[in-house]
Amino acid sequence: MTIVRSLLARREALLVLACLLLLAAITARFPAFSTPKNLAGVFNDTSILIMMALGQSAVILTKSIDLSVAANVALTGMTVAMLNHLVPGLPVFVLILVAIGMGMLLGAINGFLVWWLDIPAIVVTLGTMTIFRGLAFVESGGAWVNAHEMSPAFLELPRTLILGLPVLSWTGLLAIVLATLLFTRTGLGRAFYATGGNAVAAVYAGIDIGKTRFLAFVLSGTVAGLCGYLWVSRYAVAYVDVASGFELDTIAACVIGGVSTIGGVGTVGGVVLGALFLGIIKNALPVIGISPFWQMAISGAIIITAVVINARGERVKGRVILRRKELPL
Amino acid sequence: MSDQSAALTPRHIPDRLDSPFKRAAKSWETLLLAVAIAIAIANSLASPYFLDPWNLSDATFNFTEKAILALAMTFVIVTGEIDLSVASIIALASTAMGAAAEVGAGTPVLFLVGLGVGLGCGVFNGFLVARLGLPAIVATIGTMSLYRGIAYVVLGDQVYKNYPADFAVFGQGYAFWIFSIEFVTFLGLAVVAGIVLHKTIFGRQVYAVGNNPLAASFSGVKVRRIKFIVFLMTGVAAGLASVMLTSRLGSTRPSIAVGWELDAVTMAVLGGVGINGGTGNILGVVIAAFVMGLVTFGLGLLNVPGIVMSIFMGLMLILVIALPLVVQRINNRRRVAR
Repeated sequence: MTIVRSLLARREALLVLACLLLLAAITARFPAFSTPKNLAGVFNDTSILIMMALGQSAVILTKSIDLSVAANVALTGMTVAMLNHLVPGLPVFVLILVAIGMGMLLGAINGFLVWWLDIPAIVVTLGTMTIFRGLAFVESGGAWVNAHEMSPAFLELPRTLILGLPVLSWTGLLAIVLATLLFTRTGLGRAFYATGGNAVAAVYAGIDIGKTRFLAFVLSGTVAGLCGYLWVSRYAVAYVDVASGFELDTIAACVIGGVSTIGGVGTVGGVVLGALFLGIIKNALPVIGISPFWQMAISGAIIITAVVINARGERVKGRVILRRKELPL
Repeated sequence: MSDQSAALTPRHIPDRLDSPFKRAAKSWETLLLAVAIAIAIANSLASPYFLDPWNLSDATFNFTEKAILALAMTFVIVTGEIDLSVASIIALASTAMGAAAEVGAGTPVLFLVGLGVGLGCGVFNGFLVARLGLPAIVATIGTMSLYRGIAYVVLGDQVYKNYPADFAVFGQGYAFWIFSIEFVTFLGLAVVAGIVLHKTIFGRQVYAVGNNPLAASFSGVKVRRIKFIVFLMTGVAAGLASVMLTSRLGSTRPSIAVGWELDAVTMAVLGGVGINGGTGNILGVVIAAFVMGLVTFGLGLLNVPGIVMSIFMGLMLILVIALPLVVQRINNRRRVAR
């Protein structure tokens, strides 16, 4: 009984339960939804959200927020799509490196402003969000890059099947493994938690909190850059408003997954399940015949519910012996 | 967000205060005013149409609705919170007015519907943040999707446009000569907001909550009630902005006012309101509203597309915050070297 209770107290167990209930409810009406093939499709469709939510969670763990990730996707996606259109002979792996490098640079700009100038992350990324998307307009002139303007190799890669699963899904799985290792098995991962959990204690423990935040933004930007390529390749189109509003989905996945927006709390498993929960809903809406216009209101309601649940679990446990106060100089 | 690292920078306590004149000359508002004048001069040199009074009057329409949001947003940010749902409240209030107009509601009713929906949304935000104690960023990101989501559920890809003819007065009418009703309302609200924030007990309490909620609470300030009231204010301000915008456009789509929360926050922060709470004043925000209005208008005269203007807005937001910090850092370094 205690095992059951302690299991239920864990966010991951609750989320698995919620996902299963959701699937059961949908399957009761539409058995075809829960076939392995369709579920693999749902996972593939959610892979980009999973990856970007993991990047976002690193930033949120350090008590910051990255609102520019979706604009990052739009800018890097547009850049590689145009590059592919202008220089069709360029191998795809070069384009992927360009996407990753560019995303990393954009993330580093955010991180640098937060680290060096101490500007609050929300202000920095609100600004860079509009700048990045504006730049996507400037470089494309507002024009679209359509499927017939992209090379076959550029379009094929995320769809290539390996052991029955597309490369996009494998990338998502790889990201989950790497994030687990990073968050739980490396100094940097622990520094993410320490910086957000108690910055004063982190400084006493010898952690450079500014640099840790910088690296979290670099990570989030790098992932967004890779997803920029994956996005335009998967949907076979690049335009300025690609992934518009997607930053909210990544934050929603984190919040649903139990990542605390005041920093220091959250797990990879929770984030992945939070993203899957959103992914299942998004894929189920058209199946059960609800207009896609409902999606925004539903995710809003879910975010609010999840934050309310999080807040109940966030009461400080134990004795705080090192409170927030002025740091020694 | 960076409250911990803010504590890392050493505090300089000067042994003598500057004279009032010197302080005014060095203030943020003076700098902003200089920027505004510089932009106005640049604009009048760049385009011969800039200094026409009717053109200038037209230019005010572009920013008054946002500026009204920014006035209320100032109160929220000074308490150390943020309201990202304002643009979505505009969409929901506009949708409600559109639906009411469809069933034949008159102009006074529409006005009340707009304000009422804004008030209701503000109450819900206030409930989430002040009563349940949720972090405002996430709570209002949630209501931001919820409110606009409801507008999408109601409207989908449709449009409401059966507004009565006299409803246009709020967004298109003129109080006298070149002064539009929107602009006069904004100026009136700016004066009221200035008095409330700077000359009343409530205003002092707003600052107290933003500076140190714990100390404020020990001093007998009802912290939760203050926070609740400021969210209520942004709700009503968004309702009013919605009335004006809907009246000006004469139609409602669910995508109305997308991204305006960013503009309102930018105006407030540009106006010198510290994002961590406890600092800032209304005069700065009013000047910032004019700066943004002038920039948009000037770029518009030069045929710069809207999305490119947003690059300038984003750059301006970061630069105005970054520049003083960089200058301060250089000064500190020089002082240490000496």
